[in-house]
Amino acid sequence: MNALSRRGLLGTGGALVVAFSTRPVFAQAEHAPTKLPGSLSVQPHLSGWVQVAPDGAVTVFTGKAELGQGIRTALIQIAAEQLYLAPGVISLVTADTGRTADEGYTAGSHSMQDSGTAIMHAAAQVRAILLQEAASRLGVDAGALSTTNGRVQAADGRSLGYGELVGSLSPDQVASQTIALKDPATYTVMGKKMPRVDIPGKVTGAAAYVQDMRLPGMVHARAVRPPRYGATLAKLDSSKIETMPGVIKIVRDGSYLAVIAEGEWQAITAMRALQDAAVWTGGQPMPDQAKIFETIQSLPVQDSVILDRKAEMAPAVHTLKARYLRPYGMHGSIGPSCAVAQLQDGVMTVWTHTQGVYPDRAALAELLQMPPQAIRCIHTEGSGCYGHNGADDAAADAALLAQALPGRPVRVQWMREQENTWEPFTPAIVAEVQASLSADGTIVDWQYGVWSNTHNMRPGNGGRLMPSWARANPLKPSPPMPIPQPEGGGDRNGIPLYDLPTAHVVSHFVPDMPLRVSAMRGLGAYTNVFAIESFMDELAAAAGIDPVVFRLKHLTDARARDVVQRAAQEFGWDKAASLPAGHGRGFAFARYKNLGAYAAVALEVAVEHETGRVRVVRAQCAVDSGQAVSVDGIRNQIQGGLVQSSSWTLYEAVTYDATGITSRDWSSYPILRFPAAPDSVEVHVINRPGMPFLGTGEATQGPTSAAIANAVMDAAKVRIRELPLSQERVKAAIGV
Amino acid sequence: MISLIVNGTTHQVDVDPATPLLYVLRDTLGMHGAKYGCGLGQCGACTVMLDKQAVFSCLTPVAVLEGRQIKTIEGLGTIEHPGPLQQAFIDEQAAQCGYCIAGMIMRAQALLERTSSPTEAQIRAQMQPNLCRCGTHIRILAAIRLAADTMRQAAIPGRVQEVSR
Amino acid sequence: MKARSITLGLAILVAGGSAAFAGLAWRPAIGKIASPTQFDRALVAKGAQLAAVGDCAICHAGSTGTPFAGGNPLQTPFGAVYASNITPDPDAGIGTWSLAAFRRAMHDGVDRAGGFLYPAFPYNHYTHVTGEDVDAIYAFLMTRTPAKLQAPATHLPFPFNIRLLMAGWNALFVDHSPVAADPAKNAAWNRGAYLVEGLGHCAACHSPRNALGAEDKAHPFTGGEVDGWDAPGLTAATSPAAIAWTAGALYRFLRHGLDDQHAASAGPMGAVSHDLSNVPEADVRAIAIYIASMTDPDGRGAAEPTREQQVAARVAAAQIPPPELQQTSGAAIFAGACAGCHGAGAPMMLNGRPSLALGSSVTAATPRNASQTILYGLQPGPGERGPWMPGFAGSLTDDQVAAVLTYLRWRFTDRPAWPALEDNVHRIRQDKSS
Repeated sequence: MNALSRRGLLGTGGALVVAFSTRPVFAQAEHAPTKLPGSLSVQPHLSGWVQVAPDGAVTVFTGKAELGQGIRTALIQIAAEQLYLAPGVISLVTADTGRTADEGYTAGSHSMQDSGTAIMHAAAQVRAILLQEAASRLGVDAGALSTTNGRVQAADGRSLGYGELVGSLSPDQVASQTIALKDPATYTVMGKKMPRVDIPGKVTGAAAYVQDMRLPGMVHARAVRPPRYGATLAKLDSSKIETMPGVIKIVRDGSYLAVIAEGEWQAITAMRALQDAAVWTGGQPMPDQAKIFETIQSLPVQDSVILDRKAEMAPAVHTLKARYLRPYGMHGSIGPSCAVAQLQDGVMTVWTHTQGVYPDRAALAELLQMPPQAIRCIHTEGSGCYGHNGADDAAADAALLAQALPGRPVRVQWMREQENTWEPFTPAIVAEVQASLSADGTIVDWQYGVWSNTHNMRPGNGGRLMPSWARANPLKPSPPMPIPQPEGGGDRNGIPLYDLPTAHVVSHFVPDMPLRVSAMRGLGAYTNVFAIESFMDELAAAAGIDPVVFRLKHLTDARARDVVQRAAQEFGWDKAASLPAGHGRGFAFARYKNLGAYAAVALEVAVEHETGRVRVVRAQCAVDSGQAVSVDGIRNQIQGGLVQSSSWTLYEAVTYDATGITSRDWSSYPILRFPAAPDSVEVHVINRPGMPFLGTGEATQGPTSAAIANAVMDAAKVRIRELPLSQERVKAAIGV
Repeated sequence: MISLIVNGTTHQVDVDPATPLLYVLRDTLGMHGAKYGCGLGQCGACTVMLDKQAVFSCLTPVAVLEGRQIKTIEGLGTIEHPGPLQQAFIDEQAAQCGYCIAGMIMRAQALLERTSSPTEAQIRAQMQPNLCRCGTHIRILAAIRLAADTMRQAAIPGRVQEVSR
Repeated sequence: MKARSITLGLAILVAGGSAAFAGLAWRPAIGKIASPTQFDRALVAKGAQLAAVGDCAICHAGSTGTPFAGGNPLQTPFGAVYASNITPDPDAGIGTWSLAAFRRAMHDGVDRAGGFLYPAFPYNHYTHVTGEDVDAIYAFLMTRTPAKLQAPATHLPFPFNIRLLMAGWNALFVDHSPVAADPAKNAAWNRGAYLVEGLGHCAACHSPRNALGAEDKAHPFTGGEVDGWDAPGLTAATSPAAIAWTAGALYRFLRHGLDDQHAASAGPMGAVSHDLSNVPEADVRAIAIYIASMTDPDGRGAAEPTREQQVAARVAAAQIPPPELQQTSGAAIFAGACAGCHGAGAPMMLNGRPSLALGSSVTAATPRNASQTILYGLQPGPGERGPWMPGFAGSLTDDQVAAVLTYLRWRFTDRPAWPALEDNVHRIRQDKSS
């Protein structure tokens, strides 16, 4: 219960324990050594990661945030392992500009690599320091000491607790470049089953989310949004609304409009009255949905060749060409974005489910015209986060309104239609590919191009906070930039991991954004893997080779081969000829970003001939995330990623017309519901003890989409290259 | 004043009778389990039980609740003593972000109180109104099946009643 | 009810007896054939579109979700009639039916073995479908995926279980003559008449039926009943619409399931408009033109934007309920349960959805459709986009539904209050659970 008590939730309870260091732990090193592992490179002070109090209490700090991915549990497991502690005695503090290191964004499946690695090394070194101290106090060799449950023990039975050892240690120790880690063979916590620490509270109704915060004197606010991008408030008579029950204040600044009320329902009722009273005009012209891909390809581009390889190859006997399309998609968290802010004594405190407390603080500072030091952003969990959603904007709403009502905590939650129409979408993407096969079915040439907007419009400046746009003095968003390789943005995973000695890949970065876009789980990898892995099947068919065999023929990376073979074997790929009528099987593989986890997916679909309706019946996934910390956490992420990606792939597309975004709710943006859920999704984790952590959270987004398209091809003999594989599209392809 | 019977306890609340139960639970009674998700009856995050039925608390004005039995996730058990469905969700680790889970559990509870041995199709049909965005469906279904088993075996009086339909 | 049934039965018996006497009754079996599989693709495609007009997939939807496998009951005043399996499975379906057998079923209501079908299968309309069109539907059905699902047999109580009696019913009520072309009307109207009176069998729901379950030919399209829903009248005098249905509005409604001057297609009509989204646009326009010649015979609907404004002004003025309404919780229920979509400033209203004042459910003579919608809601098919409303059967009691209905009627219409609302709601709930 502790972790979820109000104190835990607010992160303000109790004084910071006196630890090694008296230095403010959030101060960053002036000259950080460059070679330190993970995020130790940005915060080399051990006390920024692990603190031991004189009473033996151990607190671990991370600059990353719990987004629903289970990172809290995995980081505790790492610290417990290296500190030789039971996980239950460790408290974890997550992203908070007042307390933790600046680890940037919790994004890109980086948490384990960055923060997990830092905590692992910091914890190991803290234990080594404590052991050394014990050795000198007990007058024995450190090698003769053992550690259990927070006590260092000598062979003769004498022992000292971590808390006792801390007292005399010098403050402010900096991480060493050579840290001895525990031998993976002796792990008792990492890679072992450990239930998630947050689930018991979440299933019993404990306050767990920023949406659940109730501070003394707190008021509720709702913003009133324009009907479309850029529309301005032409007329508003709010006199009657000002006197509605509970209404405290109507805030208007240019076209920025919001209402603050005592109760949440009162705020909602007043918001609707304002919506009815407001007259809007103008706005940015909306693109034509029917021609969006032509539009994207006709806009100015900044091209970069991200792969250019040439080799002597066998002559081509067969050339294939295809174009793959992905429409705008939305994050669609079940809980709309929310934040609480309070301006007190010149300090603005913002409780937010942002993915980056530090960048959000910088943007808010510009928006509020306050120095960053006067703003504290505390990450507080929200509903599932799959990328840059409305979190930062809701934080901006709350902060602006808290500035308008100093002293009182202001809670803002977006309405469903606001979330669906104003969140930054994942961009529409076009991928074009052409490849040639030699007589023996080897790919001898590969040409690939991808057209995409940026996948990062995160709050680099105040102008990227959407509420800033409607104000009388709007801020200008900093211009969109491509995310460079090797991680990439729209071109993420644009380079196949296959052996392609002759290959040319161009990233066509499209700066103009017809709709508001930013990061969503997998970024361009979802579409690029959809395209590449669909096309691999098309090539395999042209070569007359089984698609799994065809992949292995072009794959020398041993770990890649392992996941491919494992997924195929678990699925029973060899004996899948006996599928029922109307069923088909599909396979796909990718290594996320070509840097993260390896994942292969084999799945079976059922295609209903009369309607074109597709359901994933079962799936087998194999994943290699390097050293596995929370095996069940990996399974949960992979399973969830597969189901979510199935929903994207089968149903989802943002819709719009001249009036604005029209996919305002779940009836106009349908997503997967229970009757369509697969019967089973099994995940096989290939653990690599001692190997670096590889991010897992986004690994199955891409492979799932292509595996489904390949399975639909197998079942119904139709190759669909435009997402989603909606029943209308599949039926149209099948014909009567 | 409207009196509400929540988890067997009667509360007097002084709110506009049009106020949906969701906001009264969260803001007046301090129960955070039920969540706002859409306000449209499309996602089920706000699901609670009302006289044995799973309902959307975001669309249930307190004006209609006088004398009726409201059950929320807080009434199924505590973190120290979770109820069978809560325990099953813990055992199956059936949550990612968890925002939808209280609603999921309450809708499943309504089914299991009515039908102790639901078929897979019945479970899926019952859960159809509730959305999960993290993709935890497989584990949620497993947890409901597990809870049905444990509730049947325990045959907790008053919790499990076979009703022929 | 029971006594009435028996009287009806006797009447049928007399009618049937005399028909049998006339030697009309007996029909021979038509020999089994091996399932044909080869059909011209274009013929199959044409058949698919005609089958959509004919709503074949709706009644014959599989009870377990297998298309055309049948098994779902249609509730009639005489009992439940189960839809048959019309997939080409030789045992469970119609795989052994020759084209001649299929034509006879469509035109005469007689199955391959010579048995009489009940007119729940609307052969009294299909008889107007040209042989050419029937052939296309045959080609379409014979190329579906065979389903080995045996649909339950229909067992109506005596005397309706005597199928031979249908011969008498047919003699009395089935007119085999083709739909007469009206040279005074244009081609689209005539095409519409052919589709509406024949394959579309619109009158099967939208006309009243007599005591013998036959459509009342004297009062066609004046409104009927199906599956516990009112099928509104389609004549100008009987249509409950606040604004007359024009051909354009009907087209949008039939093709997209929603028109912004009326409402969303709901109840049994929902599936019909869903099917019509797969029919050629010209045919849907033709249907709309023909029906509009009934709903809006003098074209006044086209000039009705002012009517919409009048309705809106009336609704806006209706802010404070009269004292008798204030005693009930209707206004509070509306504010807490309905206004999030149907109230002023709600996102759905901002999205151009029609006001409740324009929907036939609220303006209709009976509260049946409004009650059905409030209790059980409205949802698009799995994974599909479309109008959505949650059901309130679990959260509102009968008297609470009645209270909100009373409020809706006052707030959104200028029509008299519905009587006996609570009983009405109670009956709908009972019918649903039985």
